[in-house]
Amino acid sequence: MPQHSISYDRSRNLRLDGARRKPETFQQVVNPTRDSTLRCPPAVGLRGCVRMQNTLVKESENDRVLERERELVAEILAGNHERYYELIAPIERRVYYTAYGILRTEADAEEVSQEAILKGFRGLRTFRGEARFSSWLLSIVANEARMRLRQRREVSLELLRSPDNEDEYTPIELAEWREIAVEALAQKELAAHLEEALEALPEIYREVLILRDIDGLTIAETSAALGISVPAVKTRLLRARLLARDYFVSRSWARHLGLGKAQP
Amino acid sequence: MITLSCEEVRREISNYLDDDMSPSMRRLLETHLEQCRKCAVLLDSTHNVLVLLADEQRFELPAGFSVRVRQTLAKEFEKAKC
Repeated sequence: MPQHSISYDRSRNLRLDGARRKPETFQQVVNPTRDSTLRCPPAVGLRGCVRMQNTLVKESENDRVLERERELVAEILAGNHERYYELIAPIERRVYYTAYGILRTEADAEEVSQEAILKGFRGLRTFRGEARFSSWLLSIVANEARMRLRQRREVSLELLRSPDNEDEYTPIELAEWREIAVEALAQKELAAHLEEALEALPEIYREVLILRDIDGLTIAETSAALGISVPAVKTRLLRARLLARDYFVSRSWARHLGLGKAQP
Repeated sequence: MITLSCEEVRREISNYLDDDMSPSMRRLLETHLEQCRKCAVLLDSTHNVLVLLADEQRFELPAGFSVRVRQTLAKEFEKAKC
C-alpha cells in the first residue's frame, strides 16, 4: 500500500461510492458519528487513489500521469519552454499555499512561490521522472520558504525545539459538543478556524502537515524535503494532526461561546 | 485476547489514517474503535479536519498571481533562448 493518500476508510463512516461531499457543518466535523452527520462523506483519501496535481486519481492512472509528465519535461528541456506552464498551472494554488502556510505573509509567500517556480524551471534537468513533478516542486517551495523564515528569524528557537513528545497528550473531550444547540457554523467560519488552527501550530508541526496532508507528498518525500528521518516525520505528523484538530475544536468552541480567539 | 488502551490507540491514529500498520494491529485498533466512542470520535474528527485542510477551494490565490507567474517565466524563457 503506497503512502500517497490518507487512506482512512472505516466503512461505517466513509462510504466508498464516490460521494464527494465534504463535512460542512461544525457538528459534522467534530462529532461525526452522530446520526445527522456525514452521510455522504468526502472522497478525499479513498483507498486506491493518490493525490495527483490537484485531483485524486486512481492509482492505476498514476503511471500514465508520470509518463505524461516525463514527456512534458523532455519537451521543455528540448527547448519548448512554454510547456512549463502546463506543469505549473495545476499546482499553482498548492505552491502558493505551501509557501504561505510556512511563511504566513502574502508578500513573502508570493516571492518565494515565484522563486521556487523559476528554480524548478532552471533545475528541471535534475528532476527525475520517478517522482511526481508536484512533489518535486513543492519540496523546493518548502525549502525556499524555510530558508526565508530562517533569514527573517521570526521563529523563536523555542518553537523549533519543541520536543516530539506525545506522551502527555490528552485530546480535548468532545462530549460537551453534543450540548451545543447551534447546528452549524457557517462555511466561512469553518475556513477561518482551520486557518487559525494551522497558524497556531508550531513550525515543525505545520510544515509536515502542509507537505503531507495538504500537498499530498508521501512520508518518504516529506522526510526528504525537510531533511528529517522517516520516524521523525511520523512522530511529528501524529502530533500535528491531533493538535490541528484540537486547535480547530477549541477555536470553534470559543467563538461559539463568544469568547473571541481561543488560546490553544 | 490482547486489547489496546485508549492511549495506545491515540498513538496509532496517524498511522491508521495513512494505512501504515500491520493487519493484526489494524484489527486490534478497529476492535477498540467499535467499543470506544471516545476514540472513534477522535479519529473521525481528526480525519474530517484533515479533509477540510486539504481542500484547495479553502484558499485563494492573490489577485493576479497567475499572471505574475507567467510574466516572470516569460522573461526567463527569453533569457533561456539567448
